[in-house]
Amino acid sequence: MERRLMKGNEAIGEAAIAAGCRYFFGYPITPQNELPEYMARRLPEVGGVYLQAESEVSAINMVYGAAGAGARVMTSSSSPGISLKQEGLSYIAGAELPCVVVNMVRGGPGLGGIQPAQSDYFQATKGGGHGDYHLLVLAPASVQELVNLVREAFDLADKYRNPVMILGDGVLGQMMEPVTIADPVPVASLPAKPWATTGAQDRPANLINSLYIDPLELSAHNAKLIAKYERMAREELRFERYCADDAEILLVAYGITARICRTVVDLGRQAGLKLGLFRPISLFPFPYAPLADLIAEVGVNKVICVEMSAGQLVEDVRLAVEGRVPTVLYGYPGGVVPLPAEILSRIKGEGGANGVRRS
Amino acid sequence: MSAGRERLVAGYPESLTEQAFHYCPGCTHGIAHRLVAEALDALGLRERTIGVASVGCSVFAYNYFNCDMQQAAHGRAPAVATGIKRVLPDAVVFTYQGDGDLASIGTAEIVHAAARGENITVIFINNTNYGMTGGQMAPTTLIGQKTTTTPLGRVAENNGYPIRMAEMLATLDGPAYIARVSLHNAQAVVQAGRSIKKAFQAQLERAGFSMVEVLSTCPTNWGMTPVKALEHLEKVVAEYYRVGVLVDRTKEVAG
Repeated sequence: MERRLMKGNEAIGEAAIAAGCRYFFGYPITPQNELPEYMARRLPEVGGVYLQAESEVSAINMVYGAAGAGARVMTSSSSPGISLKQEGLSYIAGAELPCVVVNMVRGGPGLGGIQPAQSDYFQATKGGGHGDYHLLVLAPASVQELVNLVREAFDLADKYRNPVMILGDGVLGQMMEPVTIADPVPVASLPAKPWATTGAQDRPANLINSLYIDPLELSAHNAKLIAKYERMAREELRFERYCADDAEILLVAYGITARICRTVVDLGRQAGLKLGLFRPISLFPFPYAPLADLIAEVGVNKVICVEMSAGQLVEDVRLAVEGRVPTVLYGYPGGVVPLPAEILSRIKGEGGANGVRRS
Repeated sequence: MSAGRERLVAGYPESLTEQAFHYCPGCTHGIAHRLVAEALDALGLRERTIGVASVGCSVFAYNYFNCDMQQAAHGRAPAVATGIKRVLPDAVVFTYQGDGDLASIGTAEIVHAAARGENITVIFINNTNYGMTGGQMAPTTLIGQKTTTTPLGRVAENNGYPIRMAEMLATLDGPAYIARVSLHNAQAVVQAGRSIKKAFQAQLERAGFSMVEVLSTCPTNWGMTPVKALEHLEKVVAEYYRVGVLVDRTKEVAG
């Protein structure tokens, strides 16, 4: 397909359609409205269905029904709406249904704001709803990577029968960049789903369910889910290293913050600082071992975790570092996008503090 | 009938599994299950039907209906059914929900499924309390009715008024068929079976949303014998929730 300029939210829609997604259940919330609006326009053209639900709660339960009926299906929202979807996501994870959910994160808590943030990291990576479960979480840092990961997300959802979350933010959703979208997958070539509820013709009845009233059965079901997450941790780690091979100070950041940190690394190197960047792309499973190995092999003497939240990513970074080198947090919560210069001045010890944006 | 020429006049519905019901003695859930199964059988729909179980006493409905089933979160069955129906427009999709599920936590989902004219069938069991959790007040609990959370009886000043869901949804343009039936005696059961079949026929005609509210007993939580509970259903419950057809926009079907 030809290269074209697309807004992040719209590129997600086109990438999902190319991945064989024909069903989208949406509900308006800023800053992700361009995605449901794009799907409302495009899906009928390809024989699909866009439906605006009465709430995020209903939208995610429509996803449950559609995924259980065997379809590639998607919904999207932003932080407060994603909170409302947590009940449904727990059921979807429990019933082992594949689907893709996009969260274009905005600042919180509560109604918070509408500016970009990364403060849903815990909610996205640690389960979010009730019970022992995980989403597979992917965090792109450009519109092209967003497009590529949406395609991959549908395949991973089917591979694991598990919900996959694309964790973006207001910047990624709103910015325009040139993208190439891979050729569409023929819907007929998608993997068969013999477990789906499509009508019990010439086979025993199928059941989509997350209820196991016998504790031993529920325990066995949990064991099966845990084994799935362990397999993800073996097979689905995704990360990027930038200028890390001789880094003395290692920045760790994901998503748009990682993009900003690349510039920080470049500026720092021009000023003689040996900066490097480690960017987790899969946030669950988190690349603990690759980060730990990097620190050991390169001789990093300080890790700086930069996030647009008040100290969420840093907890996983510290689990990886295991106290071997000092790990500090540069947190920018509340919808503040840090500038490369202010991060660099903090690294140089010239001031700046967590939660404070120097104007 | 002459000797040696036996004719089967009633059998076990193919659309029910042989699993014994877990319902309390005298509860009319079993009758409602059978009526749904008989309607599916009569219309030859079992192999293209997907049912959606809800949360409440009927949470295990998937053990009893011999068709593909999905189990939904509390109140969300109409949204789940919507997702299924939009993917499989030629399938027959029904929900089976109680009054706590449909009339309380699931009001948004049922109102909007009805307003959209979602081409699904809803079987709504109204026994005026939360049965599964031990008999708490439901939106449908009658004024004066004692429950574990209205120990002195429901008082309007404190607890508000019971909701007549069938009448409420009948104000919308989306529904094709809405009826309320009762299961208090054999004649009522036969009428209930006709309404349930009609509701599925409405879906087959793609006429829109269909719902049958089924007035049902709860002898355990009402503190009554099964026989007394049936009398109460007829004399008290059906006085407030009047049986009848509230909406019928289907084509007339002969017979």
